[in-house]
Amino acid sequence: MKTLVLVEHGDGKVHDATLATVTAAGKLGSVAALVCGDGEEAAKAAAAAATVAGVDKVLLASGPAYAQMLAENVAALIVPLMDDYDALLCNASSNGKNVAPRVAALLDVMQLSDIISVEGDKTFTRPIYAGNAIATVESSDPKLVITVRGTAFAKAASEGGSAGVENVSGPGDQGLSSFGGCESVKSDRPELTSAKVIVSGGRALKDAETFKEVILPLADKLGAGVGASRAAVDAGYVPNDYQVGQTGKIVAPQVYIAVGISGAIQHLAGMKDSKTIIAINKDEDAPIFQVADIGLVGDLFKIVPELTGKL
Amino acid sequence: MKILVAVKRVIDYNVKPRVKADGTGVDLANVKMSMNPFDEIAVEEAIRLREKGKAAEIVAVSIGPAKAQETLRTALAMGADRAILVETEDEVEPLAVAKILKAIADEEQPGLVLLGKQAISDDSNQTGQMLAALMGRPQGTFANAVEVEGDSVTVKREVDGGLETVKLTLPAVVTTDLRLNEPRYASLPNIMKAKSKPLSAKTPADYGVDTAPRLKTLKVSEPPVRQAGVKVADVDELVAKIKALGIA
Ligand SMILES: Cc1cc2nc3c(=O)[nH]c(=O)nc-3n(C[C@H](O)[C@H](O)[C@H](O)COP(=O)(O)OP(=O)(O)OC[C@H]3O[C@@H](n4cnc5c(N)ncnc54)[C@H](O)[C@@H]3O)c2cc1C
Ligand SMILES: Nc1ncnc2c1ncn2[C@@H]1O[C@H](COP(=O)(O)O)[C@@H](O)[C@H]1O
Repeated sequence: MKTLVLVEHGDGKVHDATLATVTAAGKLGSVAALVCGDGEEAAKAAAAAATVAGVDKVLLASGPAYAQMLAENVAALIVPLMDDYDALLCNASSNGKNVAPRVAALLDVMQLSDIISVEGDKTFTRPIYAGNAIATVESSDPKLVITVRGTAFAKAASEGGSAGVENVSGPGDQGLSSFGGCESVKSDRPELTSAKVIVSGGRALKDAETFKEVILPLADKLGAGVGASRAAVDAGYVPNDYQVGQTGKIVAPQVYIAVGISGAIQHLAGMKDSKTIIAINKDEDAPIFQVADIGLVGDLFKIVPELTGKL
Repeated sequence: MKILVAVKRVIDYNVKPRVKADGTGVDLANVKMSMNPFDEIAVEEAIRLREKGKAAEIVAVSIGPAKAQETLRTALAMGADRAILVETEDEVEPLAVAKILKAIADEEQPGLVLLGKQAISDDSNQTGQMLAALMGRPQGTFANAVEVEGDSVTVKREVDGGLETVKLTLPAVVTTDLRLNEPRYASLPNIMKAKSKPLSAKTPADYGVDTAPRLKTLKVSEPPVRQAGVKVADVDELVAKIKALGIA
């Protein structure tokens, strides 16, 4: 089978999630990587994609229409390319989820969302109902469009490949949408979906200031990424991209520390594949303790500063 | 402008889904069902746009069993003007849902179609994007803020890196994220009024859409269960455990 992987990149580097998607694609057949972007950054990203182990070929679509991954333009680019491929794989990221279904509909195929394993050429498993059930599904479509849950696949090595880079062009700007900027806070912290350790805070953290004062020093000590429950995001303690869960980010670090989070199923859906879960909660019956490997019952405002001090 | 809102009847978000013993699916018998939470946000947004004078009429659509009427009545009680039930007892996949919605959009000519970003049952996160593709129109997914101005809509989107803004030419498809608004509760008088609002009943065949599934579910199983671990007595014990994990 010939597969095409939509690459996500920034600063000329291939995102970790894409490396996991390359692994998933490799289970189906040969892997070509599509880099969409503009200018020097895209060219660098294409060069980086070419060294990813398992990538046979890199397609580079460069131009202002592709600079921001607008789904209208990127889907219009991918659809004709799919004449040559049997499967399109994207990360189950906000980008992949935005683009892949648009491509699927234009190809008249039903997308497989968020796959966690490849069971055969057309058979995959995927979580449904917030991960409370795992469905094994077989596609009957002539082509596959898939989004891949990055935490479920090992990352392909970013070095070792030596693919050629080929330029491709598409129909360009569809004239339907335009980019109006982004608000993102650059931080030096590890990115949630690839962090080895995550400290997450919930509603108990009171407000943005308290969240910062209590959670960040602990995260700093552990070199950890910082996450949050929906309640903490809704209340404005932290930005939306901190949300872990069914409808937020799916994470699986080595260690996940849940602070003042009750453990609603929607939250568990996003973190229960973490290797070790530590929970700090004053309610000994909080559902988070049912999944925690290590639990400490008590007041987080006493426990966390003491813990940070002693580490 | 007219707004079309898609609402799905799903298992209530407070219920813990159970896998059927025979591995054919999730047990929905005698389980509380509600409107998909993201769709409540979509209905709310439509009403707010009408309240701001940006929309004249709100049409709610659901594809599902006869009981999905209840979901549509909820949308009507919140403030939608009329409803369309596309009735089928079969499970309809996002692609077929998108095709039915496309056919309805062809008839109704809405300026804006609002959907949830994700149904909390199948967790597909596809339908809105597919509909936009089939309509040949732009999409504003995972909306955190929506502003209609003239012949365009500006959508602030919740993305992995924070927030981003796109400007779309109307007609457009927008899917809602959690922070877009807080949906209102329907008041008792509005629930009563909703009973007499128009609700038309259709079938997928009326729109010429084949709903045969493309994905065959071979099996539905329980995820691996995590065992609860140990509780430590104090911070010192926790520190020892954390050090033993090799992360500090
Ligand atoms: C459609 C939908 C999608 C959702 N998606 C997500 C999602 O992706 N991610 C997500 O997280 N949620 C999601 N939710 C929300 C979810 O259902 C819960 O409401 C949310 O996870 C609760 O957040 P919390 O645990 O921080 O707050 P709460 O449930 O209020 O828990 C706070 C906890 O803090 C503890 N506590 C309070 N004070 C202290 C103290 N001083 N010391 C120690 N412990 C203390 C309490 O005992 C309690 O257990 C979603 C909900 C819906 C309807
Ligand atoms: N059967 C349906 N009837 C009405 N709307 C639906 C249906 N299925 C999906 N939708 C809409 O599409 C959104 C995304 O669903 P999904 O792609 O299944 O995750 C939902 O939030 C609804 O707005």
